[in-house]
Amino acid sequence: MTNQTIDIPRVTAKNMTEKEFFYGHKACAGCGGSVAVRLALKVLGERTYSALPAGCMAAVGFIFPQMAFVNNSIITTFPGVASMASGIAAGAKALGQKDFKTVCFAGDGGTADIGLQALSGMIDRDDDVLYICYDNEAYMNTGIQKSGLTPYGTQTTTTPAGKNLPGTKTNKKNLFEIIAAHDIKYAATASIGYPQDFINKVNKAKHTKGATFIHVYASCPTGWGTPTHTSIEIAKEAVDCGLIFLAEYENSEFKLNKNPKEFKSVKEYLTKQGRFKHMTDEDIEKVIQHRDYKWERMRRNWSTKK
Amino acid sequence: MLEMKKNNIFISGDEAVAHGTRLSRPHVIAAYPITPQTITVERLSEMVENGEMEADYMHVESEHSALSAAMGASSVGARTFTATSSQGLLYMAEAMHYASGGRYPIVMMNANRSVALPWSIYGDQRDSLSLLDSGWIQVYVEDAQEALDMIIQAYKIAEHAKVLTPMMVNLDGFILTHTYEMVEIPEQEMVDMFLPKFDTPNKMSFENPKNMAFSSQPDDNTEFKYQQNKAMFDSIDVIEKTDQDFGEQFGRYYKGMVEEIMCDDADAVLVTLGSITGTVRVVAKQLRAKGLKVGILKIRYMRPFPEKEIMELSRKVKAIGVIDKDISFGYEGTIYTNVNSALSKANASVFKKNFIGGLGGRDITKAEIEKMFMDLLEGIDSGKQATVEFFNLKVETND
Repeated sequence: MTNQTIDIPRVTAKNMTEKEFFYGHKACAGCGGSVAVRLALKVLGERTYSALPAGCMAAVGFIFPQMAFVNNSIITTFPGVASMASGIAAGAKALGQKDFKTVCFAGDGGTADIGLQALSGMIDRDDDVLYICYDNEAYMNTGIQKSGLTPYGTQTTTTPAGKNLPGTKTNKKNLFEIIAAHDIKYAATASIGYPQDFINKVNKAKHTKGATFIHVYASCPTGWGTPTHTSIEIAKEAVDCGLIFLAEYENSEFKLNKNPKEFKSVKEYLTKQGRFKHMTDEDIEKVIQHRDYKWERMRRNWSTKK
Repeated sequence: MLEMKKNNIFISGDEAVAHGTRLSRPHVIAAYPITPQTITVERLSEMVENGEMEADYMHVESEHSALSAAMGASSVGARTFTATSSQGLLYMAEAMHYASGGRYPIVMMNANRSVALPWSIYGDQRDSLSLLDSGWIQVYVEDAQEALDMIIQAYKIAEHAKVLTPMMVNLDGFILTHTYEMVEIPEQEMVDMFLPKFDTPNKMSFENPKNMAFSSQPDDNTEFKYQQNKAMFDSIDVIEKTDQDFGEQFGRYYKGMVEEIMCDDADAVLVTLGSITGTVRVVAKQLRAKGLKVGILKIRYMRPFPEKEIMELSRKVKAIGVIDKDISFGYEGTIYTNVNSALSKANASVFKKNFIGGLGGRDITKAEIEKMFMDLLEGIDSGKQATVEFFNLKVETND
């Protein structure tokens, strides 16, 4: 499978449209998910259909009669965001519409758990849909329950930490590689802490015909127990300490976009968040070991060229 | 009006549905295979491949996605089709409520099949009847010709501005889906005249962007549901009118909500749904020849429900029996419950009986139907209470 490598116009903070497409919503102060949606839509533009399953962004954006999306947008069934988006793309195409994009904005649970099957179908059919998963590492809309992308040690309302359990017992599902294993045309990971990188990736996906996927790390002060003004900072720190990586998959190859010589402190990143406060040094060591295992493998197998 | 050319071919019910769908020109078909619906989606795939249809055939990975994809396509104003059966229909259940609440006029064929456990690929009507409350118009057909014709009618009814409600066309698994009959295939030109292009204000477009499928607060929700319910009631007139127009144009009129067969002077009437009507017609004619005053009420629509017709029937007959190829465990057959509700509103003093059987594909024989009619006739003026009976039960009971 090959991807087009034509030059596409770069989008930056300087030339980005001043139009807003997502406002008047009721997201919490400091919501990282809403930042991801806002930035992506500024890149994708008004000829965009957005599809959102049940989740935070659907819950805060479509409260009748106050609709928060300027562009065409729809809430979908929880497991069916990818299929409904595929249907939108197919229907609009069948009606003769051209030059439009369909995008999904789904949370980590909506993507890695309940929506995974439909997403797999969408990629399998290579439908012309960009799927963006904003990952705040738990079911935040329903009140901070563990999802398949909740990392080891996290305290959630369904994985309480106590004498017997460390909080969440499992590591994050390897979502990016699950998606890549479909031989998708283009997939990437990103973080709202590195907005230009995220914008570039959305732009690349916008100009790729067929199924594309972006997994963007998006902080959640409410669920993470962090101050609302540090959302961007902490999403950057997650990358800098190596727990979140920035990468792309295209032309059947993995590429690490950022390969720091030295990682920032994992302990510092964890202990400033309420959800990790209970973690012992031993637990933190487990997190670091898992990070190092992943990075060793990525550095060995993936391209690290700039 | 165009001269009608006869084009009769020997096809199965599934194939008749495929032809009805082709003639209705949907933009998007999204379906997942399940026995006994598969022939429909196989034929549609062939029709798309060989250029007989211009639709986009989406190979979805599940029934839930089939209906979700159909909703997506409908939300931008595309005409859509899906088809399923049994477990697949139940897997769609969430999306079914979603589609009716969103007022997406999707047309779906359902091959009526039993529901596991125990596993059974054979026919009964427990699948669709368990989803009566999902907000879909439900029509049940008697033969392959009616299946084809009702797909075409379904688009016209579902897409009507006063209705905008999804519609399910039910045909009995195997008995209809896999049985071959002579079916007249209407001319495309005539179908195009009957069924205009789908046009709805209830869609997203770049000329008039919308946010759809939103949340409501407790202050608004009841009003949305009131409107949805009103649309279902408003569909009754549309159903009658569409069927009459269809009859005028194609020469086949199905009598709208119900078909009354020999009811005018009947003492005892059996209420039927779907293909069993055919067998009951044969038995009723035989009994009539013997001088017994029996009739049939073929219910075509379970939602909206033909309450008016049942109330009227109760005023002219003395006994009403209901055949249910389903059971609402812990109570009675679902058709019976619905019929009984109409009868109570009419203060009807008829003898009533509910016959439950034919589950998981067991044939309902002419002898069994004759016995049902005799039970009804004997019940008149007997003072006996209404009963619910599993007929032809092969286990000892002490009921």
